[in-house]
Amino acid sequence: MMAVFKKELLENLRDRRVVVNTLLLGPLAAPLIFVAIIWFTVQQTIDRAETALELVVVGAEHAPNLVGWLRQQGVVVKDPLDDPEQAIREEEEEVILRIPADFPEAWRSGRPAVVEVLTDRSRRYAGTSLSRVEGLLQGYSRQIGHLRLQLRGVTPDLAQALRVQTVDLSTPESRGGLILAFLPYVVLITVFIGAMHMAIDTTSGERERRSLEPLLINPLPRWQIMGGKLLATTVFALATLGLGLIAFTWALKLLPTAQMNMSLNLDWKVALTAFVLVLPVALLASGLLIILAAFAKSFREAQSYIGLVMFIPMIPSFWILINPSRLEIWMTWVPLLSQSILILEMVRGETIEAVWMLTSFVSTGALALLLAVIAGSLYNRPGLIFGDG
Amino acid sequence: MIEARHLRKCFGDVVAVDDVSFRAEDGQITGLLGPNGAGKTTTLRMLYTLLKPDSGDMTVDGIDPRREPLAVKRRLGVVPDSRGLYDRLTARENVRYYGELQGLDRATIDARTHRLAQLLGMQDFIERRTEGFSQGQRVKVAIARAMVHDPKTVLLDEPSNGLDVMSTRALRHYLLGLREEGRCVVLSTHIMQEVAALCDRIVIIAHGRIAADGSAEQLLARAGKSSLEDAFVTLIGSDEGLLA
Repeated sequence: MMAVFKKELLENLRDRRVVVNTLLLGPLAAPLIFVAIIWFTVQQTIDRAETALELVVVGAEHAPNLVGWLRQQGVVVKDPLDDPEQAIREEEEEVILRIPADFPEAWRSGRPAVVEVLTDRSRRYAGTSLSRVEGLLQGYSRQIGHLRLQLRGVTPDLAQALRVQTVDLSTPESRGGLILAFLPYVVLITVFIGAMHMAIDTTSGERERRSLEPLLINPLPRWQIMGGKLLATTVFALATLGLGLIAFTWALKLLPTAQMNMSLNLDWKVALTAFVLVLPVALLASGLLIILAAFAKSFREAQSYIGLVMFIPMIPSFWILINPSRLEIWMTWVPLLSQSILILEMVRGETIEAVWMLTSFVSTGALALLLAVIAGSLYNRPGLIFGDG
Repeated sequence: MIEARHLRKCFGDVVAVDDVSFRAEDGQITGLLGPNGAGKTTTLRMLYTLLKPDSGDMTVDGIDPRREPLAVKRRLGVVPDSRGLYDRLTARENVRYYGELQGLDRATIDARTHRLAQLLGMQDFIERRTEGFSQGQRVKVAIARAMVHDPKTVLLDEPSNGLDVMSTRALRHYLLGLREEGRCVVLSTHIMQEVAALCDRIVIIAHGRIAADGSAEQLLARAGKSSLEDAFVTLIGSDEGLLA
């Protein structure tokens, strides 16, 4: 069995394409893309929030006090345009303030004076500017309203029946957990990707190269031959997983977490725990993919079968996304779901009880062993050995 | 020594081997001659334990492959129809892998590989990856890895398929050497010249049955023909498959 194991590893490590795809691109791509996206988003949000707000004001002459106040608040007021709607549509401006001609009259008579904020909400980049403009206008409105009440000898507090205070008990870790919510998915898919090539190469690849028949003539029980292949596939999957976790842990350190007011709880200890947690998944994925690939006559056919099951590692993450519920004990018994939930808890900075780890490990391990046993029995079917079967 | 008695194997409705009985003695080369699709490969696959016969029995050196498949596999050296080398491994690594699967230690494997490389003339390419090997080179590697555990009995399925004249000559020379060493050699082929040049005993298979069995002279006498090819046609009752 070890001979098969060693040979499959050696053979696949010789293949530069395999090494680059599985051991390099597979584990590295996801963290790098992720970090790049987050970094870019954060930078953009910071830029938008910190740079001076430039605002086109149409009809500024109708409300000189308002415009003057805006300037005081640091807004760069720009000259009006002929066709403000057009400017928004053509994305020349994000937000335009328009003060109608009847503003002074409404203002003087104490009716709510209408001001229009023009924007296109479907342009997501406009969101920051829009909320800043709205916030400023609300602030001005409240300030003037309070002054008016005070002039009439009424305390402005009367106009405010409620003061809502939301006490956010989230910690920097748990806020970071929001960002890391996709981590379980990436971890599981990495394992499946790591196992995929090896599973196909050692079974349907062997069959396609017509080397399976001579291989099985060797005096080795067939389950041992399959066992060696399964072991090699599992080790490959684990190597991919390990590299992926290392890459992630390292890449996250590049993120400006302090500016994001969160901390990403993925240090080496968490990464190691996640690795141990996902260990049985590697065997599970290898067993499942090998069973599928063993039925295929060629590499291509195997890839199409396996394409059908690559959504399996996504299921738990989608389930959590659609049905965000609290951790319940039964979940720790469900393979893949348990790993997803527990990794999520860990990156939120929660403590993981050892018994949850154990149930997850045991249930997943049991299913993985079952699949391994099925895989081990496959080469007793002549149909799977000869191309013509 | 191989004995097969009334072997029969069906795949669904197709009767691949109907009734095959023959003996292959040690120190002899036995040729299974027959047109394509006659059941030669299926017969060999039953002998090297990858297929189970529906009925009939067989022994290799007195051992039943169905009862003790591993013991039989240790005694057999097989060059199957599918040569299937590992392209990413060198010729030496291909042979070494099979040696390890046979449970041999490294020193034995190295010594045998050295000897086989000499016998088969593989020194020039033994350290090269088998990707891009010619058919002749591939067959040599396939033979070397089948012989690495020094088996008493050797089964070859269409060994000269795709070989040029020089490679075929080298192969014949090697097989005759195996006979000299007292091994039991069985080869299947549809090529007349091959059996004529090599085989001590010829078993003609057609439609899953034994059409004739004997030495070349015996077959000629029996068919009343002067050339083996004519005898073959007479014995199987048609000329189908000869052109393949």
